[in-house]
Amino acid sequence: MTKYLQKTEFHVFIILVAFSLVCGSMNAGFWSALNIFSVLKSSSTVGIMALGMLMVIVAGGIDISIPAVAVFAVYSTAKYLVSINYSGGILLPFAMATVIGGLLGCVNAFFISKYRLAPLIVTLGMASACTGFLRTFIGSSVIANLPQSMFDFSRATILSVTQADGSVARLSVAVVVLAVVTALVWFLMNYTTPGRGLYALGNDPVAAERISFNNKRIQFMAYGLSGALAGITGVVHVSLIRQANIRDLEGVEMEVIAAVVLGGTAITGGRGTVVGTLLGVLLLTVIKSSLILMDIPSSWQKVVIGGVPILATVTTSLRKKSF
Amino acid sequence: MSTEFLRLVDIEKQFSGVPVLKKVSLSIGRGEIRCLAGENGCGKSTLIKIISGVYDFDGGDVFIDGAHFSSLRPVDSIAQGIQVIYQDLSLFAGLTVMENLALNTHLEQRKFLVRREDMRVIAERCLAQIDVGIPLHKYVGELSVADKQLVAISRALVNDAKLIIMDEPTTALTQREVDSLFAIIKRLKDRGISTLFVSHKLREMLEISEKITIMRNGIVTADDDIDKFDEAKITYHMIGRHLDDIRFKATPPTDKPPLIRTESLTRHGAFRDINIHVNPGEILGITGLLGSGRTELALALFGKKPADQGKIYRDGKVVNIDSIQAAMSHGIAYVPEDRLTEGLFMEQSIQRNMFATIYECFVNRLGLLRLHEIDRASSETITRYGINTDRFRNPVHSLSGGNQQRVMLARWMMTDARVLILNGPTVGVDVGSKFAIHEMLREIARSGVGVIICSDDMQEIIQTCNRVLIMQDGMITDELQTEGIDDSVISLRLKKARQESLS
Repeated sequence: MTKYLQKTEFHVFIILVAFSLVCGSMNAGFWSALNIFSVLKSSSTVGIMALGMLMVIVAGGIDISIPAVAVFAVYSTAKYLVSINYSGGILLPFAMATVIGGLLGCVNAFFISKYRLAPLIVTLGMASACTGFLRTFIGSSVIANLPQSMFDFSRATILSVTQADGSVARLSVAVVVLAVVTALVWFLMNYTTPGRGLYALGNDPVAAERISFNNKRIQFMAYGLSGALAGITGVVHVSLIRQANIRDLEGVEMEVIAAVVLGGTAITGGRGTVVGTLLGVLLLTVIKSSLILMDIPSSWQKVVIGGVPILATVTTSLRKKSF
Repeated sequence: MSTEFLRLVDIEKQFSGVPVLKKVSLSIGRGEIRCLAGENGCGKSTLIKIISGVYDFDGGDVFIDGAHFSSLRPVDSIAQGIQVIYQDLSLFAGLTVMENLALNTHLEQRKFLVRREDMRVIAERCLAQIDVGIPLHKYVGELSVADKQLVAISRALVNDAKLIIMDEPTTALTQREVDSLFAIIKRLKDRGISTLFVSHKLREMLEISEKITIMRNGIVTADDDIDKFDEAKITYHMIGRHLDDIRFKATPPTDKPPLIRTESLTRHGAFRDINIHVNPGEILGITGLLGSGRTELALALFGKKPADQGKIYRDGKVVNIDSIQAAMSHGIAYVPEDRLTEGLFMEQSIQRNMFATIYECFVNRLGLLRLHEIDRASSETITRYGINTDRFRNPVHSLSGGNQQRVMLARWMMTDARVLILNGPTVGVDVGSKFAIHEMLREIARSGVGVIICSDDMQEIIQTCNRVLIMQDGMITDELQTEGIDDSVISLRLKKARQESLS
């Protein structure tokens, strides 16, 4: 039992529960199926990206190119599919965006591992390059006539609940995507040698090399998967809002980093879990939606999202532990 | 002795044309505990990296277990049972003890999937080898240094290790932890596992090892049973000369007043009635037990804790030293403990390090730096202090340890100090660097500066000072010339002073 009490995830869970109870007592609408489903739905896009970010941060890096990569992947996918009058299923859009995102992530990994450049600079440059390339060569107008399968995706639900007032609350299928990604990342990070390599690399790159981990390959895995998950996020996001706009997702990287750090991940690398990250994502979404429920101007959201990682990092460094 | 496990013959290694190892030979028997000694930069780290396969060697032969190797890769070395425990231990603080112990086995077996159960079995087997109990689920970051080391040792033992190389393993350990480490090394010996123990701590070498190999400047200077060595002999082979005979002789000019002189200097509760003088070119030692007032006296001369009575004369004139600024303006510099080895900005250039404290002397009317003048002064300083480089824009870490200390000393001397006060100048410094610092202090004194050294280290005082004062209860009780005496004489006088004060 004490083992669980000491875990950071447990603390995040307690905070999440406490926060939810406070919000619920202030606003009865909080515990409605409608609100819960909406929290889950809006958690799914940030959640998928956060799992990619988790792998990168645990490996000692950071990837702030994900919103730009996500938009690049999904916009070029949508543009191409529209141009060929694609009418097939949802799998192809997902596959295309995943591959494009993954490749862009590998470009990040190439510069970071080969030239030992700072991940912050490389991914910042990648973000700018992606956006610029997209506008110059692919397009910048909003694509609203998306393939039918993407519209269908936005309407698909896995659960519907009739509420007391007779209205029906529906749980979006986006949650399923998050669930699948979670399962895969959780398995990769906990039950495979390369996954443990992420932790080893983040703890001590020299020591990781000494016990014959291939650090470069691990970096390719982390950034490549982060990019691929960004591509998936792009498709989910665009499908849900039913249009592809290159201005979307701007600034979401801060939210993603905030969620990962809230979940107990060390920003310096080497420590962090999938469960903690998901709790962090939920907590952040709850905080955001409670700000709305409490009629606090939405401009405050940015302050909160920016403040959270700073506060969380300060707390970590105040804890006098050596790791 | 048992049969030979590892033999290196005439190993040579160059780095960009500079020979680092010159025909180095070394052998380690099965179950033998051998010490590899030498000051920093003598080539012992390079030798270890050759044995572990990290570096290629340019010439010579390696025999492991009788098999000849003309080159060695890390995998070969590990496959032959050679394991290195680096000084930083190479553990993962954010992973559990279990994973730290089991990960490399997993990697070696090229397993993709990780099974906790397999890991637990491997980890338990590891710890059982040295018979220690460390909770497997604990994060390594939560362990003490000694426990971390045990984890590193048992990890090294996991795959049938035959030779464990420990690079300075005792640096961060307490005495008791060192003892238990030695017990483990002896237990490994009983199981036929050899240990190559790399250290610069003389006492530990003598305590644990059976054989010793000493290196200096890339060659082996001694290689024999440890019984044939004592501390002085090891030191001799490490630095290449006998420390016993080193004495400092001062020839102060007779026509000049003392650089600094005190008259009945007193600070209540610290020292009283101190009359000392330092002539140009002299090195004066001040020793005494803890609480004798010697540090307080040094601080009073530097104006940090000024005296409340008495006078201080600089070059024969009374001066009022009531602050550090006053002391510095009268050419008095003070180097606290450790400052000769710490306090350099390693990534910054040699020039910036030398000028760090005196940049304000090199500004023009607009407050901008006169860079040409600084460059010229840099070249001069490098020549004057014999710093072995022609590029003062190189970072300080590109210099050897001894040269780094020269840079540090140059910085202190740049302030145009005429009186240099040092408190414990070589506390915690290894033998080789200590020698380099002492040599530098003697050079500085020869240039006409007056040096005062406060120290507990009798050997240091004998070798660097021409005159020594003994303090007890805030008073000077004795004065000795160091010529012709050895450190036992000073120790004896110290003891006497103490007994007299008690009676």
